[in-house]
Amino acid sequence: MSEFLWVVYPYLCLMLLLVGMLTRYNYDQIGWTSKSSELLEKRLLRLGSLLFHWGIIFVFLGHVAGLLIPIGVYEALGVSEHLYHLTAMAMGGITGLMALAGLLILLWRRLSVRRVLRNTAPADFVALGFLIATVALGLSMTLIYNVSHLPYEYRTTVGPWIRGVLLLHPDAALMAHVPLILQLHILTALALFAVSPFTRLVHIFSLPLAYLRRAPMQYRRRGTAAAYVEDRWDGGR
Amino acid sequence: MRVKAQVAMVMNLDKCIGCHTCSVTCKNTWTNRSGAEYMWFNNVETKPGIGYPKRWEDQEHYRGGWQLRGGKLQLRAGGPIEKLVQIFHNPDLPEIDDYYEPWTYDYENLIASPERRYQPVARPRSQLTGEPMDEPRWGPNWEDDLAGAPEHAKKDPDLKGLEAHVAFEYEQAFMFYLPRICEHCLNPACVAACPSGAMYKREEDGIVLVDQEACRGWRFCVSACPYKKVYFNWQTHKAEKCTFCYPRIEAGLPTVCSETCVGRIRYLGVVLYDADRVKEAASVPDEKDLLRSQLSVFLDPSDPAVIAAAREAGITDAWIEAAQRSPVYKMAVQWGIALPLHPEYRTLPMVWYVPPLSPIMSHLEQTRPATTADEILPAIDAMRIPMEYLANLLAAGDVDVIRGVLRRLATMRAFLRGKTLGLPRDESLLAAAGLTEEQVEDMVRLLGIAKYDERFVIPTGRREGEEDLQALQGGCSLDDVLPPAGAFAQGVRPIELRAAPKGEPR
Repeated sequence: MSEFLWVVYPYLCLMLLLVGMLTRYNYDQIGWTSKSSELLEKRLLRLGSLLFHWGIIFVFLGHVAGLLIPIGVYEALGVSEHLYHLTAMAMGGITGLMALAGLLILLWRRLSVRRVLRNTAPADFVALGFLIATVALGLSMTLIYNVSHLPYEYRTTVGPWIRGVLLLHPDAALMAHVPLILQLHILTALALFAVSPFTRLVHIFSLPLAYLRRAPMQYRRRGTAAAYVEDRWDGGR
Repeated sequence: MRVKAQVAMVMNLDKCIGCHTCSVTCKNTWTNRSGAEYMWFNNVETKPGIGYPKRWEDQEHYRGGWQLRGGKLQLRAGGPIEKLVQIFHNPDLPEIDDYYEPWTYDYENLIASPERRYQPVARPRSQLTGEPMDEPRWGPNWEDDLAGAPEHAKKDPDLKGLEAHVAFEYEQAFMFYLPRICEHCLNPACVAACPSGAMYKREEDGIVLVDQEACRGWRFCVSACPYKKVYFNWQTHKAEKCTFCYPRIEAGLPTVCSETCVGRIRYLGVVLYDADRVKEAASVPDEKDLLRSQLSVFLDPSDPAVIAAAREAGITDAWIEAAQRSPVYKMAVQWGIALPLHPEYRTLPMVWYVPPLSPIMSHLEQTRPATTADEILPAIDAMRIPMEYLANLLAAGDVDVIRGVLRRLATMRAFLRGKTLGLPRDESLLAAAGLTEEQVEDMVRLLGIAKYDERFVIPTGRREGEEDLQALQGGCSLDDVLPPAGAFAQGVRPIELRAAPKGEPR
């Protein structure tokens, strides 16, 4: 069972993410969009979307800092265990609460605004449901478990496990004594990855960073693909 | 000089009767689909009025178009970094109610209703929610013929600076129609605002399009367009806009709105322009210079140097010849009677307008039309549509520009009237307006008689030079990757055609 949950299941989910994204990217460019409903409702979206997106971006960065960077790096930098967990709980708590509040506002908006509800696909609820479950579980780990118990040292268990999964030598034993809430958080997060290619979440991979360096004017020649984009506005920039 | 060609449009507002045929035929062709019900690639507004979407001209609110910031040309709503920060919620995006809530009627009820005491009715039903609407409260032409003007029209942004002497009392009211499509600008704000690079301007005919496969629904094009002519499809979640009927243009046919125009107010023709000078022209400090600077970007298609450069850029002789006969070039450049809509947005729009003449306010003046140079100027100043209003719409507030155009139009009429009635000829009439007799005759023919072939001078698309027609017909997708084999091994391979040196005529 442990082998399935922490070795087979993660790779199943990640494969679905990878293959799903590639397949959709190749066959469904026309459906690849952020699915914005701002045209139909702006007021609640402003609150919900801003809270959620900025919250989740910092939550994501926090996960990179906590999981991908080995504990040895922090020790070498002289960051004490106490200081690390205090910072992680404060930052994670605030940004996690932002993300969760945003998600709940977005859910409320989707259910209560008729125009939005009528234009909601099942996949939108799937994405929203998995996001809420994942964020709520993660947040309860940070704010409830860590406060009621001792702060859990995931940097010696979950961290090495994830790095193992990414480096293709996973070790299920590392996950054996991880608290149940955290285990559930990881399992729902993996499920979220697995379903994301089939939802609006594909837009994460379209973050238009190239826009920062692009010339403002775009010409194309008829009958040719995007490769012929001429990036000049006033004879080069 | 980097010559590009554009098929541009002029609309003669003097002849628009506000029948909405252009809007309806356009809608039937392009936007009678779900998610697009509220979109009118072409719409006709009654001016003064707040328009569609409501108050689209208010750039303080929507922050569309460009502005000079510290002498540098920038999108009014900010550059790429500001865009990425606002990507989760675009504060400048109009909401559907700024356009209107699209609706249909329960037509089924008219046929399927059982026998009742009262006649069955078709109730309005929202196309957003599918639910009945008590009463539609706004629509794409809610203000038609000044309907509700005493209540709404005061909010028309073009009335800025002239409220004092414009009233909406019946005796003093004025109105005219303003048909609007995408401006297919030389310096399109929507293209610059698209984070995905999905919007582009076609090099050979200047048409601005959205690549539906590349659009990711970030919505900045919608708010960046100061004319509000890019729309967001709420079902496909992608942007859509006027296509200038490019499949028709490529075939040498006019756009649907032009073809079906009852008043024959629309003109289509090629304009050659220098793409290297676009940014400079859009960056002149004084808004009132934008008309002149845009005109300076247009190239004279009869100038041998321009012709040589155009050929160098791959523009065929058919297009150069069309540019020489272009009605748009004549009206905008040679006769100076067409003006761009809101040049102060700095997008260098390519759908221009001949401003409307209007009856003279004073009843005394109306007894006899002006026929001499001395009579024309006072007559123009007494016209019912305030010159300031037209200036706010078509000349960045420069009344002199409007006066000059109206003078040329009034002179044309006066000259022809005098000629037809055999009145004594006033030699100073034409000279004062800066026109020659030949020009006036041409103007009369193009504006008044308006023959189909003279209104629409559209060269066909240059498909003969297009590479790879066999592949379009169904070739092997591996042709570019693998060495040729089998039947494809003989003869010219498409890839060799494609590799023709740049700059050679295609």
